[in-house]
Amino acid sequence: MTYKVIGKRVKRVEDPRLLTGGALFVGDVNLPNMLHAAFFRSDYAHAKIKSIDTSRAKEIPGVVGVYTAEDMGEAWEPGPPLVSPPPTLEGVVFNSRRQVPLVKDKVKHAGEIIAVVVAESRYIAEDAVEEIWVDFEPLPAVTDLEKCLEQGHTLVHDDLDTNLAAHLVQKKGDYEEAKKGADLILKRKFKLDRGAAAALENRGIVVDWDQKNQHLMVWDATQSPIPIRNGMAARLGLRTHQVRVVAPFVGGGFGPKIMMFYAEEMVLPWLTMKLNRPVKWIEDRKENFYATTQEREQVQEVEMALTKEGKILGIKQKIIHDTGAFNPYGLTTPLNTQSHSMGAYDVQNYNSELFVVFTNKTIVTPVRGAGRPQGIYIVERMLDIASKELKLDPREIRRLNFIPKDAFPYNHEIIDQAFVELVLDSGNYLPAYEKALEKIEYDKFIKEEQPRLRAEGKYVGIGVVPFIETTGVGPYEGARVAVEPSGKISAATGVGTQGQSHMTSFAQIIAEELGVEVEDVSLVSGDTAEIHWGTGTFASRGAVVAGNAVLAAASDVRIKVLKLASKILETPEDELELEGGLVKVADIPDKSISLGELAVLANPFRGAVEPGTEPGLESTKYFGPAYGATAFGVHGMILEVDPATMMIKIHKYITVEDCGTMLNPLVVEGQIHGGVSMGIGNCYYEKLHYDDNGQLLNASLADYLIPTSAEMPPIEVYHENTPAPNNKLGTKGVGEAGAIPVPAAFAQALENALLEFDLEITETPLSPNRLYELLHKQED
Amino acid sequence: MENTFELSVTVNGTSYQKVVDPRTLLSDFLRNDLELTGTHVGCEHGVCGACTILLNGDPVRSCLLFAPQVHGQEIITVEGLGTVDDMHPLQEAFREAHALQCGFCTPGFLTTLVPWLEENPNPTEEEIREAISGNLCRCTGYQHIIDAVKLAAEKMN
Repeated sequence: MTYKVIGKRVKRVEDPRLLTGGALFVGDVNLPNMLHAAFFRSDYAHAKIKSIDTSRAKEIPGVVGVYTAEDMGEAWEPGPPLVSPPPTLEGVVFNSRRQVPLVKDKVKHAGEIIAVVVAESRYIAEDAVEEIWVDFEPLPAVTDLEKCLEQGHTLVHDDLDTNLAAHLVQKKGDYEEAKKGADLILKRKFKLDRGAAAALENRGIVVDWDQKNQHLMVWDATQSPIPIRNGMAARLGLRTHQVRVVAPFVGGGFGPKIMMFYAEEMVLPWLTMKLNRPVKWIEDRKENFYATTQEREQVQEVEMALTKEGKILGIKQKIIHDTGAFNPYGLTTPLNTQSHSMGAYDVQNYNSELFVVFTNKTIVTPVRGAGRPQGIYIVERMLDIASKELKLDPREIRRLNFIPKDAFPYNHEIIDQAFVELVLDSGNYLPAYEKALEKIEYDKFIKEEQPRLRAEGKYVGIGVVPFIETTGVGPYEGARVAVEPSGKISAATGVGTQGQSHMTSFAQIIAEELGVEVEDVSLVSGDTAEIHWGTGTFASRGAVVAGNAVLAAASDVRIKVLKLASKILETPEDELELEGGLVKVADIPDKSISLGELAVLANPFRGAVEPGTEPGLESTKYFGPAYGATAFGVHGMILEVDPATMMIKIHKYITVEDCGTMLNPLVVEGQIHGGVSMGIGNCYYEKLHYDDNGQLLNASLADYLIPTSAEMPPIEVYHENTPAPNNKLGTKGVGEAGAIPVPAAFAQALENALLEFDLEITETPLSPNRLYELLHKQED
Repeated sequence: MENTFELSVTVNGTSYQKVVDPRTLLSDFLRNDLELTGTHVGCEHGVCGACTILLNGDPVRSCLLFAPQVHGQEIITVEGLGTVDDMHPLQEAFREAHALQCGFCTPGFLTTLVPWLEENPNPTEEEIREAISGNLCRCTGYQHIIDAVKLAAEKMN
């Protein structure tokens, strides 16, 4: 398809306000008569509450109230289960435990809320928090993923006799049988550790109960305003039309803002209805480290059976996945790990046993990548290790195992996060891989550059890793598109925006269909008053699911426009064109009518309309794919490591990505760059350090190191296009792609840089300290 | 309020006289008392740079200052750099190069870069990376920001 607007590097319509300080974020909401909430949070990761004394806090001038679980009475209930275990899988053990608004008896992770202060200012509220006294009885903290399942271990949840949150097995083919034909059986254990999303904007919520109108207004920095609206209405005994949730501009989501019914989202609405005044809470950075969800911690035992030529006969895997103190988000993350543990490869036999465990740490829900990086990491590591053992070129072993391009759609048979069989819809891996190798000049590096640099005393290595990314999953999204009497277009969708440029890329789709300028399309996302149905922004699905809903709605409006214009202009529809906001008769430039005039005619104030006519030029459509679209790509990096300081420098970073049709290449590149920066963080700079007491030791940006411009390399992005067959746009998601293969590529490059040390990396993230330990362990 | 301070300060060319709680952070004063919400708060420990404003022309972290500390001084916030209809060349360059995604960190980058570009009209990529290494961005990976700075340098000369 040749497009005029879709696929162009269009400047963003949302930028002018963002650039001049005129865009509304939740922290900017200031209402008359507004109160401020501050929370007393547990420092202990695991402790019984013996007593709470809020009396001194209540006496501080300006404090309106101090509340605990007891004060909530019948309004106190845990959050709803957000994602159930897949009904399509048999034999699943799932012990659902959800977070609570205010802790009653026992704290289960550091940062859980025990009391809330409401005051005239944030400063007074925080003063009052300091005056609250809680008598704790500390308990041993559950922190070790492997030990926590042992008999007699301390339990996170006393009403369970285990720390097991879930158990399931997924099988494809017959691994044990396939293994018999193997020339090499490799076994390795991998440790992967936690990282934070650390969006620049912390969470926040402002609630305003209007007693006279019986209406609750909510501003929430969330990725899913519509489910929040539905859940809040249900919890408060209100009808959905009594609640409006707006996710304004949100300063980065990356996953944790799709977690719903955080404690604060349960406490604030209760407070505003009780006090009959607006209440505001904006998270601070320290709270963000404790109370906003995190992800990535797993221990995996992986076995791979191969022929001596390097063909993968099968993979067997045991995953222990840490869900933290609660598991509201079901099995999404570890199911994604399983979906990506076979990588881009034709693996016929797969046997994966998953244990999910409770620990006394912050709740785990998806962070960019959402379990996919862990799957790609282990399969790529195993192939690197296999190529060393079999004395094969690591490139050859990939080429041999790629799913061939005529094998799509390729059904992996295991169940994925959308509860359906994992079907890779399309792909063409070899050309992308060759392109990456060519762009990074792999051959030249290995044969000429590396030996030359080594002779100069430099340790420089290369790593190239292919990956897939499941994207565009259902259930569905919707879009409403309407032509206004002004001739401009208004549109709405339920996928909120946290930087993904929806207001522009979706406007491009509409501009393409209706022949208008992108600037003339005003798209609202994240306001439940504008569209009633939707799920949210997650799992790299906005472009696929909402984008195709936008297309369907815009196409339907186009049909209505043509039908009406044909009547007015007395010309057959196939002789009409939409351009420049007008409907023109081809070859007769004077004969035209503007979209605005048509919109007025389509909504008569008096008179009769034909039966079955819908007023206006408006359409609301939904799109729900049967299964997702599989994006893929390859990342490559050349890095240097200083063996004295253990500091690294990435000299070159290339990506080849294939997300099908791109709506806006500028946006795609930006998403890749950002994803890579998070991925690089996950390799060497970012790790959430918990000690044996469940204490997070580095809960500040001074100690949790987000890559700055000084750590980031320039990133080259190359595109391939294998269109998605199952949606009209042919598009696939790309929001998480940048982050997915980075740790695997990094490990390969680092081992390659330190070849003579014969380093084998089976953990991520690393750090200068850890690399030093690993290298010196070799010596012992 | 028990303790108060009568603050006089000029912000974006306008003089303000306000009575404040002396421990009010400058970031909160700008955002709440003056309703200039373009300055964003990302960490309140001086690391992320989102709260950067210009104090007598120099970029400083407004989260690390108390409002009384700027008594009698001149401040420029992002709102003082340009308007929607009349953007600073750096703001325009940011838009052209897609140097912002969620936009939360952006005001801090703009206030940091505007005086820097005036002193460094022809920067190399290395120099740009160094200049912005005190501002965190989680969305862009910094690449397009660097492109925007190069573009702005061209525009400004």
